[in-house]
Amino acid sequence: MSWLRELAGSVWRRESGRGAVVVLATIAIVAVAAPPLLPDPAAQPDLIGAASLPPGPGHPFGTDQLSRDVLSRVVSGARVSLAVAMLAVLVSMTIGAAVGLTAGYLGGAVDAGLMRLVDAGLAIPRLFILLLLLAVWEQIPLAALVLILGTTGWFGASRLVRGEVLRLRHEPFVSGAEALGASRRRVMFRHLLPNAAGPLLVAATLGVGDVILLEAGLSFLGLGIQPPTPSWGAMILDAKSVLVTAPWASLFPGLAIVTTVLAVNLLGDALSDALDSRAP
Amino acid sequence: MRAWLARRVTQAVATLAAVLVLLFFLMRAAPGDPLDRLAVDRPVTPEETAALRARYGLDQPVGRQFVAYARGALRGDFGTSIEYGRPVAALIAERMPPTLLLGGVVLLVNFTLGIWLGVAQAVRRGGPLDRVLGAASLAGHAMPSFWLGLALAWLVAVRWRLLPPAGMQDPLLDPAAGLAARAADLLAHLALPALTLCVVTLAGTMRYQRRAMLEVLRLPYIVTARAKGLPERIVRRRHAWRNALFPVLALFGLWLPFLVTGAVFVESVFAWPGLGSLAAEAVGARDYPLLMGTASLAAGLVVLGGLLTDLAYAALDPRVREAG
Repeated sequence: MSWLRELAGSVWRRESGRGAVVVLATIAIVAVAAPPLLPDPAAQPDLIGAASLPPGPGHPFGTDQLSRDVLSRVVSGARVSLAVAMLAVLVSMTIGAAVGLTAGYLGGAVDAGLMRLVDAGLAIPRLFILLLLLAVWEQIPLAALVLILGTTGWFGASRLVRGEVLRLRHEPFVSGAEALGASRRRVMFRHLLPNAAGPLLVAATLGVGDVILLEAGLSFLGLGIQPPTPSWGAMILDAKSVLVTAPWASLFPGLAIVTTVLAVNLLGDALSDALDSRAP
Repeated sequence: MRAWLARRVTQAVATLAAVLVLLFFLMRAAPGDPLDRLAVDRPVTPEETAALRARYGLDQPVGRQFVAYARGALRGDFGTSIEYGRPVAALIAERMPPTLLLGGVVLLVNFTLGIWLGVAQAVRRGGPLDRVLGAASLAGHAMPSFWLGLALAWLVAVRWRLLPPAGMQDPLLDPAAGLAARAADLLAHLALPALTLCVVTLAGTMRYQRRAMLEVLRLPYIVTARAKGLPERIVRRRHAWRNALFPVLALFGLWLPFLVTGAVFVESVFAWPGLGSLAAEAVGARDYPLLMGTASLAAGLVVLGGLLTDLAYAALDPRVREAG
């Protein structure tokens, strides 16, 4: 794991990497620690008197048309969005790594078949795959949403891992392990996979940004995270109808998305630069 | 060259076939029955369900359903829309022109402006302009298009009253108005959706062009050109940019399907009557044939975009076809 520490140091030394880490850590700490200090995100204290209040004391981000506090909804939304995105990417990267290792190491018909599937998966825009899968649900459970997001995002990662495996499979350390009688599984997971860890980490980081945007878009269409669970995309959908009278109700969740995705993408870039400069 | 071409086209056809299979099974594998959703709106008798099953071919074995779907898809026939009661192909054809207009304008701006800005960044690497543009393009890339669209609609159309907030045509426009007035009206309606899509897509082209240009500027032949005493302007434009433009071609193929996917959100926010809002309507109404039709079209564009990109590469770079 020393390479991981070295990588972290290299990211931290970059201005953009440090900024991204600080922003993401702040978001994570607020998302985890702040909710008990804030009003209940689902509470509708006063539908007549406290609806669509502009930002001010008591409600730093204002209230929406149902008198709910926008700040506490944005903070709860951060919890859900980040958790969904990270879990979905974990699923994607696991499948991607498994498929890439199998295809690259076994080769032949297995490789050809799997890569045809990957070609097809990459050819259908992910948004449309998701629309097709999600449209049958009346109210999708959160776990199903995570699984569906995860199982539609592994195609690119599997190509990445397969490429690394093809590059390395005739290297002496692989032939050596094979000559010593290591099983196929051992060669794949102990010798080949660690070498693909760097690019996979970059893909995972950038993938989190993509999934946050996708999930927000799906929730905006009413297909993603279901009310009453607050989510950034669904908040914007709710606030769309009161855009003229309460623009803050859609402004702040949008800013939260931009800030988070920007920080995640900067971290991904910094990771990628750090890996490039380390490579021989 | 001919062998390369044949192989590449075969590959595209094989991908398309795999796409048809995958799309079909995605729809069939999704949990639940599309007809169950009908019962949500009103009570349905078993006879009605059976009649609908027969009408949409859902009572056939899966294999036969697939053959029927694949046959239709190859002929451009995606069945009948449940929501509109009209052929999906006719609806798609109707909604195609607005999307082509919007997408065409966006691609044009994206490529001219994106290439220009990317080169400007590369030749001033690390300078203030490079950093500002880099930050701006990253922010654009992180922005949900529907949110940016709403923000622009609020600011430009509601607050400043400069442009219409939605639609493609002013309903109050005099039907006898001249061509110029109608064109001006169309442009005014086009401006905000086009701007939104440009902002969220420009980052990709800029970053790509910047990187390509930086890579070329490092090559020895550029050093030679400079050492010969050529003016920097000539070195950049004639020697470097020509080769750096090349990788950006690949982006064109990637953006082609974006005409449909990117438009799903922006078109629905601005009520632009194109394919994107058609797809969004299909989702809202759970109109499966319509959704499959738009998804198949988007997938077809991906395959076509990839093929066109490779063909352009081969036409411009002999190394590609030699290596085949």
